[in-house]
Amino acid sequence: MDEILEILSKDARVTPEEIAKLIGKSVDSVKKAIKKYEQDGVIVKYKTIVNHELITQEAPRVRALIEVKILPEKDVGFDHVAERIYGFPEVLSCSLVSGSYDLLVIVEGENIQTVANFVASKLSPMEGVRGTATHFLLKQYKEDGQVLKKANDKRKLNISI
Amino acid sequence: MTIPISKRVENLAPSGIRAFFDLVLGMKDVISLGVGEPDFVTPRRIREKAIHSLEDGYTSYTSNKGMIELRREIVQFLENRYGLSYDPEEEVLITVGVSEGLDLVARAILNPGDKVLIPEPCYVSYGPVVEMAGGVPVFLKTTLESKFKVTPEQVEKACSSGVRALMINYPSNPTGASYSKKELQAIADVARRKNLLVISDEVYDELTYDFEHTPFATLKDMKSQVVYFNGFSKSYAMTGFRIGYAAGPREVIAAMTKIHQYTMLCASITGQIAAREALHSGLKAVAEMKREYNRRRRFIVDALNDIGLDCHMPEGAFYVFPSIKKTGQKSMDFAQGLLKQEKVALVPGTAFGSSCEGYVRISYASSYENLKEAVKRIKRYMKG
Repeated sequence: MDEILEILSKDARVTPEEIAKLIGKSVDSVKKAIKKYEQDGVIVKYKTIVNHELITQEAPRVRALIEVKILPEKDVGFDHVAERIYGFPEVLSCSLVSGSYDLLVIVEGENIQTVANFVASKLSPMEGVRGTATHFLLKQYKEDGQVLKKANDKRKLNISI
Repeated sequence: MTIPISKRVENLAPSGIRAFFDLVLGMKDVISLGVGEPDFVTPRRIREKAIHSLEDGYTSYTSNKGMIELRREIVQFLENRYGLSYDPEEEVLITVGVSEGLDLVARAILNPGDKVLIPEPCYVSYGPVVEMAGGVPVFLKTTLESKFKVTPEQVEKACSSGVRALMINYPSNPTGASYSKKELQAIADVARRKNLLVISDEVYDELTYDFEHTPFATLKDMKSQVVYFNGFSKSYAMTGFRIGYAAGPREVIAAMTKIHQYTMLCASITGQIAAREALHSGLKAVAEMKREYNRRRRFIVDALNDIGLDCHMPEGAFYVFPSIKKTGQKSMDFAQGLLKQEKVALVPGTAFGSSCEGYVRISYASSYENLKEAVKRIKRYMKG
């Protein structure tokens, strides 16, 4: 991976000026490269990983992984049904996978009931959907390569020669 | 009763630095730029190999010189990496870190009063290991202006009678300074003319940023008078495993092995097995760490110069050695003040030699976030 992408993948808040210093290039060339990545869709979006379990002032939201079996359509294969499914705002992610089902869909809702309603009233009845299996998420340990627990690193000395 | 301590040990320079270290260790929430080791943990595959070896019951002594498989693989590695060839049976010794190796070589070659040239600033143990072996360290002072590099003229001039060896470390702890092949060749020419044994500590070799690292033993006609030292601590983030090695002329390795077998017996088998895995699978991790360090190096040099601390761009390792002379403070006062007021720990230059007053060592083996915050605090401290 390009160094600029490597840096931004770890921390999207590092500014072009800082990146330029870190990799020994001009600010202009870094800005240009980032712009190009954005235009080409290589950089899709900059967002924050939140550990929802730690937010106390709001009721915790519920997530579910849903296995979806679908009937491929002529010419468009799975894409058509996938597009209709990922269009729902409740859907956080949607991927075509190999194995005993076709789409892995991650859905978020206020509580178990809303997610169950989504599956029962919107997802399952959809044309082309042959079956679903819903797994509610109980605890998330790691997301996007990031361990969510705050590390308490006492392994090393503060100072050594 | 008071127990008398050996004069030799008593005469070793007392470490004023100890008290400072204790102070740091007693404080909470310190941002530390004072560590002499990578901030990465050992790559997972290497750790797993060590765990499996314990599960499989590898818990015994090894041969005094170290596992022959590891010695063979090191020889192979040096051959592939640098075109250096050694006999794994007679010319390689596995040590408990390079630190043990340096102690062994000093004791193996020095007679009372023999002198060893040591460019300064230098790693803290260089002077003491020479003294404990009965030798006399002769420090060759280098400064920011010369980018902390010793010159062939300095070496030549210092070669009075009784000078046996040159103990050199590049890339350097604490300055990060390293030498190009051409610079080394000029020093080698003097060493050859003056029959100096070159004790070359190259433990930071993989962390060389601006040019290819050149082992001293690869310089023209030098191999027969160089003892090459390297280890796994810095390149593979394996400081706690304590595995280093020495490669050199068989008579020196044999003498070192003699001392090693009576004192250390052998390096830990777990560490040696982990080191083998490092050679098998670790280079990719090394490349990643190096890229990361290189970014931090650029950041820290720039940031320190920005806030008024003169700092040269070091060629290797993960240290910078800025001058704090503009603040008018002594190294130790600067370090203590910074620690107490702003909770940033770094190492006073004086830990690395009496000529290093007016400098501090900053380790950039710390996250970018930490480095940024630390620079902010140093700036505030200097204003206040």
